[in-house]
Amino acid sequence: MATRVSDVSGPEAHPAIAFALERAGKRFGTVQALHDVSLEFAAGTTTALIGSSGSGKSTALRLLLGLEWPDQGCVRVDGRPLERARVLALRRRVGYVIQDGGLFPHLTVSGNLALLPRHLRWDRERIRERAHELTTLTHLPPSVLARYPAELSGGQRQRVALMRALMPDPDALLLDEPLGALDPVVRHELQDELKAIFRRLGKTVVVVTHDLAEAAWLAPRLVLLRDGAVLQDGGLADFRERPADAFVTRFVEAGRRLPERAR
Amino acid sequence: MRRLPCLCLLLCLLPGLAAAAPVRIGSKQFTESVILGELARVGAQQAGVAAVHRRELGGTSILWTALLHGDIDVYPEYTGTLTHELLKGVAPDADIATLRARLRPLGIGITDALGFDNTYALGMRGDRAAALGIRDISDLRAHPGLRFGFSNEFMHRQDGWPGLRGRYGLPQAQVRGLDHALSYRAVASGAVDVTDLYGTDAEIPYYHLRTLADDLHYFPRYQAVYLYRLALERSAPAMLRVLDDLAGRIDEGTMRRMNAEVKLHGMKDGAVAAALLGVPADADGAGFWPRLAQRTVEHVKLVAVSLSLALLLAIPLGILAARLRWLGQVVLGLAGVLQTVPSLAMFVFMIPLFGIGTWPAIAALFLYSLLPIVRNTHAGLAGIAPELRESAAALGLPPAVRLRAVELPLALRPILAGVKIAAVINVGTATLAALIGAGGYGQPILTGIRLDDIRLILEGAVPAAVLALLVQAAFELVERLLTPRGPRLQARQ
Repeated sequence: MATRVSDVSGPEAHPAIAFALERAGKRFGTVQALHDVSLEFAAGTTTALIGSSGSGKSTALRLLLGLEWPDQGCVRVDGRPLERARVLALRRRVGYVIQDGGLFPHLTVSGNLALLPRHLRWDRERIRERAHELTTLTHLPPSVLARYPAELSGGQRQRVALMRALMPDPDALLLDEPLGALDPVVRHELQDELKAIFRRLGKTVVVVTHDLAEAAWLAPRLVLLRDGAVLQDGGLADFRERPADAFVTRFVEAGRRLPERAR
Repeated sequence: MRRLPCLCLLLCLLPGLAAAAPVRIGSKQFTESVILGELARVGAQQAGVAAVHRRELGGTSILWTALLHGDIDVYPEYTGTLTHELLKGVAPDADIATLRARLRPLGIGITDALGFDNTYALGMRGDRAAALGIRDISDLRAHPGLRFGFSNEFMHRQDGWPGLRGRYGLPQAQVRGLDHALSYRAVASGAVDVTDLYGTDAEIPYYHLRTLADDLHYFPRYQAVYLYRLALERSAPAMLRVLDDLAGRIDEGTMRRMNAEVKLHGMKDGAVAAALLGVPADADGAGFWPRLAQRTVEHVKLVAVSLSLALLLAIPLGILAARLRWLGQVVLGLAGVLQTVPSLAMFVFMIPLFGIGTWPAIAALFLYSLLPIVRNTHAGLAGIAPELRESAAALGLPPAVRLRAVELPLALRPILAGVKIAAVINVGTATLAALIGAGGYGQPILTGIRLDDIRLILEGAVPAAVLALLVQAAFELVERLLTPRGPRLQARQ
């Protein structure tokens, strides 16, 4: 993997990662965040986890990366149960983006991008090339590389967070409300860009959002969670035509009105 | 471990000159003791014995401990202190031969009496005593409204105020502790009515004080002697001849005159000692600037070494404390307890472990530096936003790299602030280190208090204040240089 230098769009070159949750349960104190959840995320597919806040969607995502560990059940990565010893290696193959970017304020954009590559002993030239390549992909001017996060707009920060996640050319992307903190115009613009990037990269993508319209735009497969359990799993058409219960209907109704208001 | 610093020093000095180590003379933090220390030093010089005088080393316990541990070889003491404070189970009126027999097993020798008796006494302003008709201590019983101000040592000694009150049945309720050097002025100004005196104090005639007669013979005799380590019999027999020669040569009048020359007439203690021995006085010390430079070096060394050592321990401790919650509680609690130990006590506690001089002072300052640095390191790390901590983890960086590249830089400002607080506090606390012979800016402050000389006090206090400001400014500069633009921008938002 360390030999792949500037491969932005090579789905054939290396396999995407297949994730699975197997009867996974997770409790925080008295709150059962996840309850007996089984989900498969096949290699190369894009899935959106949706639900209201507290539904357990972020917890499900964080389990995949070993940021949390299930109390019951297990997490499988490419069919093998995830072990603590393999977590660092896994994380280096996975790009992770959170709501407000999680950029390190003491480092410039370049510094943020170079953090992992430098640890992986990439040479300076390779880091620079990769960073420039990604500015093109994310539609940022190369001048942002010298800036500090505090000098960027919210949309620019999210693009940089995406760049940082893509630096090591990961085999999967996990995004937790990646557009949650952005104003509607920027959000709309980035939705289009994300969709294009997902399609172009061909990685396994799991994106968490509370917005059904966004989820349906970004991913062909939607998984709706409620109170830590999967309520419905399928395409937008399934949600509309065969809602699992009244809650799904209400969720779809609310989601249908939202984009109309935004546009 | 106990004497590691001394051992290191010894090893450095060993090649070829083990026998040439100078005799170390100590003296307590009051003028008479300093003059007696100078007498021993000048006498040694006269006899061709190499000797150094470590002056103003605090109170009896510091000197006695230092003598027992071999940090000093000689110091002037009083028989009453030996019988009442230092030796257990000795008759209060034991003679010097008895004391000599008791001290020998401890490896300590004692000279014959130097010739004067500096017993405690109570004194009050002559006019006031006359007006109230007070001549003896017994007469005080009739005046319960009188205000007493005693030196701190007298307040707590076995043979001081507690015993005196019992013996005479004194009823006074207003009793305060004072520094001995200040108590004369307190009496002279009328702030207190009665204070404790030493029989040879120069101020008694100067302030027109009346010494109240000890009509119940409560106070023991305080004959001045030199105590020395018996090892000197082999290593420096000439020094013992010098001390024996001084015995019997100093009567009360002579001592009171010498005290007056130093305390009231501004003569140098070394010059007064030289005059008694009939030798020319040393050239008058170093000039102001060399003196200041030397003290600055001593002071900065105390602060810099203690702070550097504290950094080496406190930052890792702070990191551990932030990692392990239970350990954090323990470490912060312990460091907090250390901070509550009064600074003078902390310095004294270090003497049995490290002797006197620079190292125990550094050890005490080191302990004081721990809390602010540990606490701020812990707080700085604990204050990092969880999403930043998690972003570093999600990148796949191992914990050590996360700490170095992300967490410590993010916690840099609070950590530096902790180091700055520790440094500034150290600059101030280090002025007390002079009491255990570590020098620095505290030395002129001590001498200035002893001699009631504001100019000398300022000679230590002003540079200490300037140094504190410089340290503060230096740390602010370091903070500016070490903090990149990003966090400063963020802090402004």
